[in-house]
Amino acid sequence: MIVVIDYNVGNVKSVRNALDYLGLEDKLSADAGDIERADGIILPGVAAFGYAIKALGDTAEVVKDVARAGKPVLGICVGFQLLFDRSCEMGEHEGLGLVAGDVRPIPPGRTIPHMGWNAVQPAEGMVLFDGLQDDEHFYFAHSYQAHVTDADAKVAYADYGIDIAASVQKDNIFGVQFHPEKSSKAGLSVLRNFDRICRNGANRC
Amino acid sequence: MLTKRIIPCLDVKDNRVVKGINFLNLRDAGDPVELGARYSDEGADELVFLDITATIRSRKTIVDLVGHVAEKVFIPFTVGGGIRTADEIDTLLRAGADKCSINTAAVLNPEIIAESAERFGCQCVVLAIDARRTPGKKNKWHVTVKAGSEPTDIDAVEWAARAEKLGAGEILLTSMDADGTKAGYDIELTAAVADAVTIPVIASGGAGTLNSLAEVLKRGKADAVLAASIFHYSEYSIRQVKDYLAEKGIPVRPVS
Repeated sequence: MIVVIDYNVGNVKSVRNALDYLGLEDKLSADAGDIERADGIILPGVAAFGYAIKALGDTAEVVKDVARAGKPVLGICVGFQLLFDRSCEMGEHEGLGLVAGDVRPIPPGRTIPHMGWNAVQPAEGMVLFDGLQDDEHFYFAHSYQAHVTDADAKVAYADYGIDIAASVQKDNIFGVQFHPEKSSKAGLSVLRNFDRICRNGANRC
Repeated sequence: MLTKRIIPCLDVKDNRVVKGINFLNLRDAGDPVELGARYSDEGADELVFLDITATIRSRKTIVDLVGHVAEKVFIPFTVGGGIRTADEIDTLLRAGADKCSINTAAVLNPEIIAESAERFGCQCVVLAIDARRTPGKKNKWHVTVKAGSEPTDIDAVEWAARAEKLGAGEILLTSMDADGTKAGYDIELTAAVADAVTIPVIASGGAGTLNSLAEVLKRGKADAVLAASIFHYSEYSIRQVKDYLAEKGIPVRPVS
């Protein structure tokens, strides 16, 4: 079972709708016991970074603990950005520090927010993209971007005149800047792949 | 590369999609959820649902509808029409909308843009502008409200720039002169607004030939095009539109 972390950050429901549509077992919860028992967790998010990390509160420690113990974690949009060390969105905020890197504004000189469908080029071995073509399009809506400095992380980029980190994979930690729950068939495939990772991973944890 | 978005617009009345000309002679065009899912399957990049009755009673219906759409349609969708407060936006986002468009309420009280952007993030806040050419002045447009029925003395281009500063994440720009005419989008208006802001601009009003869509994306510098009747009347499929634009060298998300 996948636990979608329940904190007050908008579109949690869209993620659950997509999982339900795929017939996957999921639960919305912030309960430590539920999170510990889950095969994997999804950290959604539509909000400012600082607001999101504050809303996550004590659950942040639970997420970090299970992530370090090897449970698959998928961060989406701001949930993806939370995986990194810090963000400078409206002040300095510390993230979960599960992947080395920081979150900064998309530099001016282009349309911001980066909003719409952008092709994504996964690196070799990024399992969220299994079965998908290279250059598949996904839906983005963000004004800040992650700069990944983690040598152990694989990174997929989107070309927006500059490289935008679209997805990251480091051991059991996964993240997507785009919205898989809003990216039609390609996005649903990403969620299905994550479920597969969770079910395989569950045997190990 | 970021692709240009093709966005069918569904006018909703009494829980049904209706189509008409200039809001007259409304005819039933089907179930919003089914039509939304069909457009999504056909490769639409986004959907806009407009509550064209926009009464207190219809608001409840729209909230229910948003919930049903969100269960079946996995592309982003915007809901608009008669939204007056940030609390109404909250209700619609919780029901499953990705963005809300505000129009008259923002003109009456621009602070609603700032308040909504702060509460929900600017990517949720779409400012809809119904603009009309100001008679006797070249390339000047004024904002109209209440579905285009009331003119104001607000300059449309200045209003767009101000809305961006207040926190709007996107501009849905309708030319009231071109709307329903199928004579092509107002390219000058769209380009003037696109030049004045750094947020995305969705061009609306006047979609007719395939070339009119290509023109507003190229010369009008729009990030997305909204169209209703060309899709509802099946004049063109989403695929035909995208194939044409791709041929013209405009980046689009391929229809799978």
